[in-house]
Order: sequence, then C-alpha cells, then structure tokens
Amino acid sequence: MSPDTTQAEPYLVGEAMTGGYGAADILKTCTITAAKGEIAVIVGPNGAGKSTAMKALFGMLPLRSGSVRLGGEDITALQPQQRVAKGMGFVPQTHNVFTSMTVEENLEMGAFLRRDDIRKTIEQVYDLFPILREKRRQPAGELSGGQRQQVAVGRALMTEPQVLMLDEPTAGVSPIVMDELFDRIIDVARIGITILMVEQNARQALEIADRGYVLVQGGNRFTGSGRELLDNPEVRRTFLGG
Amino acid sequence: MDAANALVAFTNYVLLPGATYGAQLALGALGATLIYGIMRFSNFAHGDTMAFGTMATILVTWLLQSIGISFGPLPTALIALPVGIIATATFVLATDRLVYRHYRRNKVPSIILVMVSLGVMFVMNGVVRMIIGVDDRQFADGARFVFTAAQFKTWTGLAEPIALRVSQVISLIAAVVVVAWLYWFLEKTRTGKSMRAFSDNENLALLSGINPERVVAITWILAAALATIAGVLYGLDKSFRPFTYFQLLLPIFAAAVVGGLGNPLGAIAGGFVVAFSEVAVTYSFRKVATYLLPDDWQPDGLLQLLTTDYKVAVSFSVLVLVLLFKPSGLFKGKAA
Repeated sequence: MSPDTTQAEPYLVGEAMTGGYGAADILKTCTITAAKGEIAVIVGPNGAGKSTAMKALFGMLPLRSGSVRLGGEDITALQPQQRVAKGMGFVPQTHNVFTSMTVEENLEMGAFLRRDDIRKTIEQVYDLFPILREKRRQPAGELSGGQRQQVAVGRALMTEPQVLMLDEPTAGVSPIVMDELFDRIIDVARIGITILMVEQNARQALEIADRGYVLVQGGNRFTGSGRELLDNPEVRRTFLGG
Repeated sequence: MDAANALVAFTNYVLLPGATYGAQLALGALGATLIYGIMRFSNFAHGDTMAFGTMATILVTWLLQSIGISFGPLPTALIALPVGIIATATFVLATDRLVYRHYRRNKVPSIILVMVSLGVMFVMNGVVRMIIGVDDRQFADGARFVFTAAQFKTWTGLAEPIALRVSQVISLIAAVVVVAWLYWFLEKTRTGKSMRAFSDNENLALLSGINPERVVAITWILAAALATIAGVLYGLDKSFRPFTYFQLLLPIFAAAVVGGLGNPLGAIAGGFVVAFSEVAVTYSFRKVATYLLPDDWQPDGLLQLLTTDYKVAVSFSVLVLVLLFKPSGLFKGKAA
C-alpha cells in the first residue's frame, strides 16, 4: 500500500537472484516478476533452475545476491513460514498433501496460521474444486493424481494468499486432467490471485500465461508474454519442439 | 459343568491377566509409538521413563499416606498420579531441551537419536535407582479384591475360582479412558490434527505454519503421561522394581512394532497381541484340559509350551512372525 516509486512495480519481484545449495550457483542473476492477478510461467529445459528459482522466491534457497520483494516490501530475509504469513502460498511438486488426513483436514491444516473463521474459505475452495466437496471425508492419499493436486492447491489457498506458487502442478497427470487443472488455475487467477508456476508442459502453460520466462542454465534466456514466446521462432525451435 | 469350569479357569489364568497386562503394554507402546511418529526414532529411554514416573508417583503416595490421606477402597497412588505425570513431563521436557533439541536442530539421522536415547536411558536409570533404590516396592493400598476366589466359589458353586483384583479393573478402565481421550485428542482437536499432519508430512506441516517445537513438546508431554500411567498401573498390579521396568522396554517395543510403529491404533492392538501370546504360551493348560477331555485322554504333561522364563522370547517370536508376513506391522506403520 505504499504509494511511492513501487507503484508501477509488479506485485512479486525476484530481482537478479543469484545463489545455490553449495559452492556453485544454480541461479545466475535470474529475474522473475508477476503482476497482480497475472499468470506467470517459468519454462525451460531440465536442470535449468526453474524449481530452484521458485524456491528462491519462497525463501527455501539462500541468495548470495539479489532480492525478493512482495508488494513493494523487501522480503529477502524472511523464512518461508513468514512469507506464508505475508500472503504467499506454495504448492510443492511432490508430497504436497497430508495423505493420511481427510480432504477437509488438509484444508484445515492449510489454514493453521489463521485464528478467524475458516468455514467461508473452505466453502470457496469447494466451489472452485467441486470434486473436493464430494470427497471431503476421504483421506487425501486415496484420491487420484489430479484430485490430489486440487487438494494441494486448495490447501495453499486456505491462507487466502495474494500470490500462489505452483511447482509443476501437472506433473504425472493425464492430458485431460492437465487441461482441467489449467482451467482451475485460470479460475484462481480470476479471483485476483497472482499465479507463478513452473511447468514441464511448456506449450500448454504458455498458452494460459500472461507472462513467460524461459530459463537456461539458471539465467533468463527469453522473457515476454505467453503469446510472444509461443510466436518466437527460436523459442519454438529450441524449447517447444518446432 | 466341566465346560464352565474350564472357561472359568481359562478366564482366571489367561484372559484376565492377559487383558490387564495387555492394557498396560498398550499404554506403554502408545507413548513409544507417538514419539516415533513425530520424531522418527525409537526411544530406548521409554521403559525408564515409566520407572521415573512410577517412582515420582510412589514418593507422592508415601507423602500422602504419611499425612493420612487415602482414596478409600482405591489405591492412594491414583491421587498421586497427576503429580507423577507433571514431574515426569518436566523431566522429559528438560531432557529434550538439554539433549534432543541439539540433535534435532542438526538434523541428525534417526539412528543417532536412538543412540542418544540409549544414553538418556542410562542416566534416567541411574537417577531412579539413586532416588528410590533398586529394591522391590509395593505401593498398592486400599481394597485388594473386587471379589475373591472364595466369594466366587460360593456364588457360583463351581470348583474353579475367579479372583478379580482392584488393580486389574483399574488397569482396564484406565486404558479404555486414556485411549478414548487420546483418540479424541488426535482426531478432533486442532493441536491433535497438527500432530498428525506433522507426522504425515513434516515439510508440508512447516509450510502450513505448524510450529515443530510445539508439536515436539506436546508429544513429550503425552508420552510422559502415558508412560507414567502405564508404569503406575503395572506397579499396582505387580510391584515396582527399576530393573523390571527397564526390561519392560522389550515387550513394549515388540507391541509397538507388531502394531506398526507410529500408528496409535497399532500400538493398542500390538499390546494385546504380545500380552496374550506371552500369557497363553507360558500357561499350563493341563487344568483346562482335565475339564474338557474324557478321562482316558488326560495328558501326562503340563501342556505348557514354554516356562515363564521364556516370556521375553515369546514377544520376539511374535514380532518376527508378524514382520515376516507384514513388514510394516499389523496396521500400517511409518517405518520404511
């Protein structure tokens, strides 16, 4: 809410992020941004540092240089949990549900930090993912891959985040389920939540993206709107298979 | 009449002692399995935690007795029990603060935590012996029997007796109450759910804002309470001797593993499986047989598979047998 120079800045900014797990840097001056209500997608070949970039934005990777800002506020030093409290939601690629707990309990755990009434948010999640209302009493571990991903997204939505980060939400699901998941993600973006996701299925992801990033070896190679990247002959030839 | 006598003998010598012992083991195994479910290590100090809790309860019981407070027909130890639980929880939390937390922060592999708990076990062992000594202690007071063998015989006119001891009834009732409460706590409360979430998926629990230190502290308190209750019940039923409690570690872990480490329901089932196996395998069935078999079929031997000296071997045979067919225990445990 600061009306200063950050006015024009996108809601989530990871600027010139450099860092890695050990001595070698995986990310090299990588910049990722996402504006309010926008869908931003990170694509790139295997080992390009896509997931690492997302982890850096969420505070799960120590940065040697660069910064992360959320709504104009510098959050580079915050722990992931503190970023959740600031309005970031994160859906990991795997192990993203509590398998032994029911769908509803998964949602309740997502809202663990909240002390107010969460009934309304649960209803919103059920409206967004109607299948979850049906399966609310079933352990999440018994659901299909696509339904589990919906539980995972629903869990992350329970904190009512401003930004939702998804690490390969369609990994391992069938093409039909993938299309449905993308539709749901567009629905989430329509409520005004900023979406940032890493995707293996580059073409389909760029089709719904307002903004796309092609990372190669931990750095930005191409940046543009989803359409621009899809139309860019070099991107098509190198990353989208013609 | 013979069938009734056989049933009565079986009830008196196998069913009742087995159920009582099973209830005590189940409560002990519940504590061990909770710690495994949350912190992912087998706590070798659990037997000595039981000893510590029982010792604290006995000391308070003696104090109450010396100032003339009693609980009527029930053992005074039941009044002292809450104090014993608080003392044990405090001790265990202090241990966590001084010892386990350091290793947890360094994210050591669980085998190191097991070894650490072995060290804690020796320390607790020593502390208990220094405070109360190594001797056998009887601390049960109040009424001894709900009904005696003689009473049962006059009522029923049967040749075989059943004697129902107060400590047996208390063990069974306490186990039911504690298990029901624990189930409610884990299933229905926010804190209980956060513990299940943490046990299920630690990273996701952290992402959801669940505070790991709080979960760990509550687990220790619950484990301390369960250990103290189990220890006091066992002591009321038999007697308190530090070395016996140290040895209880074996059937308790057999029970927890048989049921599936980390699974509370499994710990309860495992407790009864181990207890009934121990009692049934070491009981001489000659008496039951004399009532059931015709005269010329009467056995010459005792019909006892093993002497009671082999009790411990029985728990481990059960353990091996179950793990051969169901490697993660009767109920699905967390152990890989």
